[in-house]
Amino acid sequence: MSEWETVIGLEIHTQLSTRSKLFSAASTQYGAEPNRQACGIDLALPGVLPVVNCEAIRMAVMFGLAVGAKIRTPCVFARKNYFYPDLPRGYQISQYELPIVEGGTVEIELQDGSHRQIELTRAHLEEDAGKLLHEGYAGESAVDLNRAGVPLMEIVSEPQMRSPEEASAYMRTLHGIVTFLGICDGNMEQGSFRCDANISMRQKGEKELGVKVELKNINSFRFVERALRYEQQRQVDALESGKPIIQETRQYDPGTDRTRPMRVKEYADDYRYFPDPDLLPVVVDESIQAELAESLPELPQARKTRLIDQHALSADLATVLVQSRQWADYFEATVEAGASASTAARWITGEVFARMHKESTELAEPPVSADSLAQLLKCIDSGVVSNSAAKEVLAAMWKGEGEAEEIIEVRGLRQVGAGADLDQWVDQAIEAHPDEVEQYRGGKDRLLGFFVGQVMKASGGKADPKQVSEQLRTKLQSD
Amino acid sequence: MHERTLLEQAQALQDGEVSSVELTQFYLNRIQAHDESLNSFVTVTGAQALAQAEAADRARSAGEAGPLTGVPLAHKDIFCTRGVRTTCGSRMLDNFVSPYDATVVERLQAAGMVMLGKTNMDEFAMGSSNENSCYGPVRNPWDPERVPGGSSGGSAAAVAARLAPAATATDTGGSIRQPATFCGVTGLKPTYGRVSRFGMVAYASSLDQGGMLGVSAEDCAALLGTMAGFDSRDSTSVDHPVPDYQKELKQPVDGLRLGLPKEFFDDRLDARIRASVEEAVAAWEGQGAQLVEISLPNLPLATPAYYVIASAECSSNLARYDGVRYGHRCADPEDLEDLFCRSREEGFGAEVRRRIMIGTYALSAGYREAYYDRARRVRQLIRRDFQQAFEKVDAIAAPVSPVLPFRLGEKTQDPVAMYLIDCYTIPVNLAGLPGLSLPARPVDGLPTGVQLIGNYFDEARLLGLGAAWQRETDWHRQVPPGFA
Repeated sequence: MSEWETVIGLEIHTQLSTRSKLFSAASTQYGAEPNRQACGIDLALPGVLPVVNCEAIRMAVMFGLAVGAKIRTPCVFARKNYFYPDLPRGYQISQYELPIVEGGTVEIELQDGSHRQIELTRAHLEEDAGKLLHEGYAGESAVDLNRAGVPLMEIVSEPQMRSPEEASAYMRTLHGIVTFLGICDGNMEQGSFRCDANISMRQKGEKELGVKVELKNINSFRFVERALRYEQQRQVDALESGKPIIQETRQYDPGTDRTRPMRVKEYADDYRYFPDPDLLPVVVDESIQAELAESLPELPQARKTRLIDQHALSADLATVLVQSRQWADYFEATVEAGASASTAARWITGEVFARMHKESTELAEPPVSADSLAQLLKCIDSGVVSNSAAKEVLAAMWKGEGEAEEIIEVRGLRQVGAGADLDQWVDQAIEAHPDEVEQYRGGKDRLLGFFVGQVMKASGGKADPKQVSEQLRTKLQSD
Repeated sequence: MHERTLLEQAQALQDGEVSSVELTQFYLNRIQAHDESLNSFVTVTGAQALAQAEAADRARSAGEAGPLTGVPLAHKDIFCTRGVRTTCGSRMLDNFVSPYDATVVERLQAAGMVMLGKTNMDEFAMGSSNENSCYGPVRNPWDPERVPGGSSGGSAAAVAARLAPAATATDTGGSIRQPATFCGVTGLKPTYGRVSRFGMVAYASSLDQGGMLGVSAEDCAALLGTMAGFDSRDSTSVDHPVPDYQKELKQPVDGLRLGLPKEFFDDRLDARIRASVEEAVAAWEGQGAQLVEISLPNLPLATPAYYVIASAECSSNLARYDGVRYGHRCADPEDLEDLFCRSREEGFGAEVRRRIMIGTYALSAGYREAYYDRARRVRQLIRRDFQQAFEKVDAIAAPVSPVLPFRLGEKTQDPVAMYLIDCYTIPVNLAGLPGLSLPARPVDGLPTGVQLIGNYFDEARLLGLGAAWQRETDWHRQVPPGFA
């Protein structure tokens, strides 16, 4: 049995979070009524002309700088010609021979903690097409051009990934980079970040690439891994039984966890690319590049390292926190507001995340601000509330019932800490049970639990068991 | 009153000799009386014109009139006009009413000018005889059996017959200058990027340029001052200062170096036209210009390169006319492909379909290098030839057309013969330079013309030379016999 090597390359489409479209002033807001966000330029009326959105150019440059790529200047927009009802001009404005970003590298981290460098071929700007609606029009199709002209950046990797796991790690890494840069909202359900994966198999040691299959439009980290895993096995099975791989485009169906061929085109595409004469070559001045390089935010990898160093977090917690810039920011703001780093990390990745995912409607951000959360966490660290009571407090804060302190007071959740009451209950418990004291001092350590129970009973459950046992232990030994 | 130039009409308005309503009504009457035979208008906007004229008169009473307030003009039907259909001479856009105004329309309207209507043209500006309009051919006012030139044939015929004091037009390979010559009027194609293309229906984006046709060079100068200037909606418009063209007209001809490229005076040129051109050149020499013989060696490559580039761009620019969102849609399409194919086949005329096919072929995989890429390199060579010439001369004098206005139908069976008529105008578009066409001594009662080609943004010098020649001659003031 020969040994197979998997070769994977990804094309990732990121929707840039500009307010207006790539070549018109129409809004890019998601979810509007059909065609409410399509202006004359998006409709391709006679006589209209595209004007490039400088913000999209800046975003692409930021990305290029962040991955150590070359910024090509001037770069050129080209027309990709084909007819389709969702493509109003009859051509898509894209970049072909002279894309804005060339080369670059991203470092991915695998489950086992190992790292790999994946090289990028290029990243270019292009406009999205509209979409066809087939339901509810009595056998006819309708066209919604709200998406038409929305700016996309297509990031093309070299075929350097060797496993589905690497592919999903690469996708996650790029997702982290574009969201930390603030150039893409990263929303995969709305299609803001999706990928096409190319996969082929070859004998280990072979230099030539095998016949590749393209898996279209995958919008989840999990699916990209599963789809590639299925496809990997399918190709190996075919090759080992002597069947050739057909170069084709396939689609992954998460329901059946299989890929199936998409409709085969009857004739080869000829997009007749040529430079768009309506748009001049785009020059990005050195000074703009320098200014953008200066303003680049900290990227996930660097941030993770810093969180570990600066806040003494475990690698695992830090990894979870840098999965999105929002949570990394939330964590640091919570610490800034006075919470201890370890409690903040534990609570955010635990309780807060759980609540975020429990909500039936997707929340953009937690309803409890970092400042408010910090107040609660301080109460935990200083022993004002117990862990379990704090969960109740957070739940109330989540519902908007107020700040931590008030909720603790109103609900009487203040934990009885070191103070007259606790001293008194401890002393009472010791005085009332001289036999047990004798036995404990004689070496029967298990009896500590008995004393704790007595004190808790006396306090009506409000005492902090940890403090109680500490105090008991001290007193039982010293007397 | 019809014999006056645009500036003379403007003066009459300023002097209170006539109101804008009267002037507008006067031209509307002339259109009514004469256009049935000429067919120079696709749409006449009488009621709207009179309303604009009234507004202009009110502005004048209020002391808010500018130099062009209340002066009527016509727009080539390639400029989008809000609420008034914009057909481009095509069945495809027969029902198209633009929801917005082209920048050119907007600027002239803001200057207070009154729109009389939209003029006929070759379909999508493709043609040299105005025989390619779905609204029928335009006739030459000097001889109704002859063509007015194209593609701005409607604008040229309307100005020649004095159905409008001036008209906007566009020039991709000669579409302003050649009809100007055929109809005996003055036409300016400005530098590429001088006038915004926003709202001007595209034929070949890298070559199309808006300009105007008028009676005199001075009229063109007045209009250019209003039309020119940077427009943020057109990335190819250039942010270059707009001079006071009318003031610049007074610069002396004395001492100017006028280049005569030998490639423009070859055997293709009708000897009688050559004589008219030489007469104009001699006049400038008489005014102190120094004549310099020059060479533009790559000129013979211009026409083939042009038909590759223009067709390639048009094949893409016209892809939007697919029957989906506006324009002609075929009846009962069987499926998507049938909708696309039949809507386009029915909506476009033969010449447009021919150029779309040429352009599609020239951009196809395997042919792009041999055709499109090569044509672009030729374009660079031609540009360089001109740049080198302008190191030696201040302006270039040349013929506009190698032939006199020909008879309707004479060349329709031979597209290549038709294409070759534009051999003296095309190189100017390829280089992006300004070109001015001026009426010269007629031949056998048919107009001829001389062309001046200038360096980038040197329209003022061309207009100055034109005005100097027009001060000595009156070819530009002649009105065709049937339209006096």
